[in-house]
Amino acid sequence: MKALIQKLVETIAPSGYEMPVRELILGEVKDWADEVRVDALGNLVVRKGQKSPSGKRIMLAAHMDEIGLIATHVDENGFVRFSTIGGVRPHTLYGGRVRFLNGVAGVIGGERLENMERVHSFDKLFIDVGATSKEDCPVRVGDVAAFERPFLDLGKRLVAKSMDDRISVAVMMETLRQLKNTPHEVYFVFSTQEEVGVRGATTAAFGVDPEIGIAVDVTATGDTPKGLKMAVALGKGPAIKVKDSGMIADPRVVRWMADTAEQAGIPYQLEILEGGSTDARAMQLTRAGVPAGCLSIPCRYIHTPSEMVDFEDVQNAVGLLKALLESPVELK
Amino acid sequence: MMSEIKDFLKDLISLPGLSGYESPVGERIQQEWQPLVDEISFSPLGSLHALKRGSGEEPRPSILLAAHMDAIGMMVTEIVDGWLRFTPIGGIDPRILPGQQVIVHGREDLPAVVVQPPAHLLPDEVSPRQSVDLKYLLVDTGLLPEQVRELVRVGDLISFAQPPLELSNDLLAGHSLDNRASIAALTVCLRALQPVHHVWDVWAVATVQEEITLGGGYTSPFSIRPDLAVAVDVTFAKGPGGPSDYRTFPLGKGLTIGWGANIHPAFYRALKETAERLDIPFHNEILPARSGTDAYAMQIIGEGISTAVLSIPLRYMHTPVEIISMKDVQRTGHLLAQFIASLPANFMEQMKWDE
Amino acid sequence: MEHTEPSPFEISNDQLDLLERLSNAVAVSGDEREVRAIVLEEIQPFADEVRVDALGNVLAVRHAQGENPLRVMLAAHMDEVGFILVEEEEGGWYRFEVVGGIDPRVLVGKPVLVGKEHLPGVIGTRPIHLTTPDERKNALTVEQLRIDLGNENGKKVKTGERAGFATRFRQAGPSLVGKALDDRLGVAALIELIKNPPPNVELQAAFTVQEEIGLRGAGVAAYAFNPDVAIAVDATPANDLPAWDGEENTRYNTRLGGGPAIYVADAATLSDPRLIRHLIRTAEEMGIPYQIRQPGGGGTDAGAIHKQREGIPVVSVSVPVRYAHTPALQARLLDWENTLSLLYHGLERLSPQLFSEDR
Repeated sequence: MKALIQKLVETIAPSGYEMPVRELILGEVKDWADEVRVDALGNLVVRKGQKSPSGKRIMLAAHMDEIGLIATHVDENGFVRFSTIGGVRPHTLYGGRVRFLNGVAGVIGGERLENMERVHSFDKLFIDVGATSKEDCPVRVGDVAAFERPFLDLGKRLVAKSMDDRISVAVMMETLRQLKNTPHEVYFVFSTQEEVGVRGATTAAFGVDPEIGIAVDVTATGDTPKGLKMAVALGKGPAIKVKDSGMIADPRVVRWMADTAEQAGIPYQLEILEGGSTDARAMQLTRAGVPAGCLSIPCRYIHTPSEMVDFEDVQNAVGLLKALLESPVELK
Repeated sequence: MMSEIKDFLKDLISLPGLSGYESPVGERIQQEWQPLVDEISFSPLGSLHALKRGSGEEPRPSILLAAHMDAIGMMVTEIVDGWLRFTPIGGIDPRILPGQQVIVHGREDLPAVVVQPPAHLLPDEVSPRQSVDLKYLLVDTGLLPEQVRELVRVGDLISFAQPPLELSNDLLAGHSLDNRASIAALTVCLRALQPVHHVWDVWAVATVQEEITLGGGYTSPFSIRPDLAVAVDVTFAKGPGGPSDYRTFPLGKGLTIGWGANIHPAFYRALKETAERLDIPFHNEILPARSGTDAYAMQIIGEGISTAVLSIPLRYMHTPVEIISMKDVQRTGHLLAQFIASLPANFMEQMKWDE
Repeated sequence: MEHTEPSPFEISNDQLDLLERLSNAVAVSGDEREVRAIVLEEIQPFADEVRVDALGNVLAVRHAQGENPLRVMLAAHMDEVGFILVEEEEGGWYRFEVVGGIDPRVLVGKPVLVGKEHLPGVIGTRPIHLTTPDERKNALTVEQLRIDLGNENGKKVKTGERAGFATRFRQAGPSLVGKALDDRLGVAALIELIKNPPPNVELQAAFTVQEEIGLRGAGVAAYAFNPDVAIAVDATPANDLPAWDGEENTRYNTRLGGGPAIYVADAATLSDPRLIRHLIRTAEEMGIPYQIRQPGGGGTDAGAIHKQREGIPVVSVSVPVRYAHTPALQARLLDWENTLSLLYHGLERLSPQLFSEDR
């Protein structure tokens, strides 16, 4: 599974431009799927299973897109000014490396500030692709880029950019691969444009019209020095989301997920995230409403180029997702 | 009738029903509405949909009356040596919290108090005169840490413990009057419709999650697809500490009828005419862009819905000592019932723009 | 593919008159009546279908001339930013609130038109003689300002009525100056396309309401039309003024005279790259000047449209305007003309093949 994770996280595909990672996913899943389609916003919708009398239509969503940058201006010396795609944090940029969708690589530099101890704001930064003039610059206004950083395997822990949310994409792919029998009609949705406002999941959910929705995404942890006060830690199991800043998970779905984990002997944590939301919010508010929840992969340093997860949490997430899909569901 | 509806409302504000976890109060409302309607069910998110059929020929137009049943509160985020850290559900001014009696809904309901740690235990930036941010406050159940670990978990809910207070014959104080007072108003309406002939179908909907996502407001109209939708909510009453300008209204002197982008002007006019005809006191409430109610969600569902907003003035909103006047609750319920009763089958003709 | 016929869109006096009427009409978000009336009057003789929906959007259709046409929705918003009277004070003046985003600093010392009758009023302020230099450093807030109609007219209006800037439209050389060019330029363009539609598409025209206060009308219009493709036609700021320090202005958004602005990304939408490429190709092959609006910030009706139902591929095309959301916007006639051309030819060349490749 680590090889798959590496391929996924090293792909450049910011919000709105998910094709490279979608092709990668499609290449792998088409042999395991009953049906595959791509919708108007680029969501990859993969169906597995037929609905049995006791089964439900279940939608799972993990987003393919990552945060990134978009060129706003190329100056006469070939330096590229940019705006952000999704929640990019200014203090992760200076000295970082990016790669544009067209293959061009660059470095993020900045203007000289009065006080160089401070963090540069976006308008004081630029991308240097090694051009010497506007004319020989291979980047144009509107070109998109994502961070470039190689995958790092620390054994128990894995580090990469875009663990958010490629790690969940990997979890869903692995679950799909392992899933032999299910009484449910399951839609594995690899969604687009989550980072800019859960836009892909909104339309994908309308199309799938599920009875239950589960997002698979990363969540923060409270286990670093003088960090967030949060009762989630790496290595203590996948997290079952109770609440985040965009939604409150359906208590029946939370109960179903927790009961299943306990029965299957899979460790889990209960999660409340005070800043951030997921595709689950979009699913919950679709059409006449959908009981929704989220399976979260605890992750340190989210939205930096070095996001860290625990490999056992990842494997347990696959286990839990499989267990949820293999048996009948009764929400109570 | 007045005392009966007051008792029902006191019941409602004594039951928990935080956003996302509305079932305790939902079940109580279902019990109350069941004998008043023809069909009753819960939506996938837990909103209560109650249909009272009209007598007109099919296909009958329908009107949706939405009052949110969820209330603000808090949720346990961490357990530290027996004390609980928490996060708000809905908008809470942290200044009302220190010293507040609450109930922790763990494996059992545990009475507790919100406490403010002494300044010297907080970061230097928090000066003694400043209000203490919610993240620094704690909830103390009085139990020992081992007992707390047994009985309480991350994700458990915390609600206000303030019991209802009758301030006089018609003033009622307590928590969650936003928006249980409107549920009471809908109940008055349904009761008033019992002996009355009405052409239109009436959907009384107790929506969920208004305080956090307007979730019920977005999803209930999708399945119901009404021709008209009214959000019944609360608005700001004049009182100590608040502004005394156009944004606030006298307590007990009538409901408000909303006007603005979120409200169909012909709908406003029709409600106003009904109120004037019946001598029901009301004020115009100008809501320039957003109404801050379920109407904001309902207006843009499907191909769009003509919406209106009726509000009950309420003092000290989003505190455990909210105050409303039962008179305004009655007025709102009766205005709705009479309006519905007077709706002709072809009322939507009047709703055409610029006629 | 070279299109050798001349562009059908050289702006005539009639079209300028229509734009003038539209610009001078007052239609604040939530009360679009005046513009809706002009739109209905203009398009009714040409549209195959017209209706007004529950929110006040005008939805019109021109059928295509071929079989299995692409269903293309175009959206232009009828509303403008303005004011609503909230409280009457004695002397004939009113407290008001701003509807939509207006920098309060452009309000002071301006005339406005109030209500259906367009009664004149002013937003005044204390005379400079009675102020101190310190006081003048602080911008006046909306709470401090009043709309003054004088006693007599003050009694003819009431709270809840809307008001707009009083600017009258005019031409100034190559420029068009008026209030609400955002988005009367788009509305006029859409009216023109209904009168002269490209024959190969099913043209679904949505004259939307309440764009300025949250893209409210466009979503339900798109839900009703359920188009294959949508284009929002709006106006976008040209902040191409000189920077104080004389350095290059790198944040101009668009440039006046630079042609129609094609959006790659704003805060509400990531345009469909297939549509972006199509429009650029069209512009280059037809010799229509164009520019790419700088990514980031702002939003158009496309933001609400693309998320409807199962998703709709969208792009936005705007006329650059200086001083947006102020009493007097400025656009270039040529930019407007080229926007119309780009839209017409872009639609004419649209085919389902464009969507055979996934986004």
